[in-house]
Amino acid sequence: MENKMKLEFEALAENEGFARVAVAAFITPLNPTMEEISDVKTAVSEAVTNAVIHAYEEKGGTIVIRCSLEDSLLHMEIEDFGKGIADVGQAMEPLFTTRPDLERSGMGFAFMEAFMDSLEVESVLRKGTCVTMEKKLGSVLWSDCEE
Amino acid sequence: MEEEWKVIDHYLMIRLPEEVDHRSCAEISRRADHMIMDQDVHHVVFDFSDTKFMDSSGIGVLAGRYRRISCFGGKVYVIHADRRIRRILKMSGLTNLVEMIEAEEHVSAEGR
Repeated sequence: MENKMKLEFEALAENEGFARVAVAAFITPLNPTMEEISDVKTAVSEAVTNAVIHAYEEKGGTIVIRCSLEDSLLHMEIEDFGKGIADVGQAMEPLFTTRPDLERSGMGFAFMEAFMDSLEVESVLRKGTCVTMEKKLGSVLWSDCEE
Repeated sequence: MEEEWKVIDHYLMIRLPEEVDHRSCAEISRRADHMIMDQDVHHVVFDFSDTKFMDSSGIGVLAGRYRRISCFGGKVYVIHADRRIRRILKMSGLTNLVEMIEAEEHVSAEGR
């Protein structure tokens, strides 16, 4: 069974929560664990917040989320058409941030990487950024989640 | 939320909202800093009792308050954090800076 959805919304802080909940609702039919729902919500939140703060510098713009489910695999793309990332490798380093003034922790990509099974970031300056993540759902044993 | 913030014996108690994200964090930091300046706060206690979601924005709030008060010998405490929030704090390295107080434990300076 394949299912897919596409969500397009304005890059506003108040839409970050909406985006998290929409993706969480989309994966619900797979009976994911609470832990998996939280993982996906955190990853969505990080990617969308990056788009709002960095890509569009809090001036608004369009964010597109595309999700597909094939069997138990969630494939998710979060795309913006903002300013792009000059050095993706550097941006992905834990604790690196270009906005310490906003108290950004520089942990966004690290969290996406930790909470999803795979993460790819494609970015072109002045064109935008697309974050692609995948996660297999319903396969994690509760005991594997221990810290 | 207004009443949930109070200063007791130089400890600022901050009851965090249900969702600690980019949207809620700017206001939390602003209010906390205002109270730290205004009410002779030495230590800050973040209470996660109501918090069901936190992303990396919350790390920035805790780290920012830590920077603000640690230079005067102040400490940051985290209470009532669920397993997931503890995991996020651990991943970000914050557990080296803040005192995590587990639900069953009593507040003690040695903590952790």
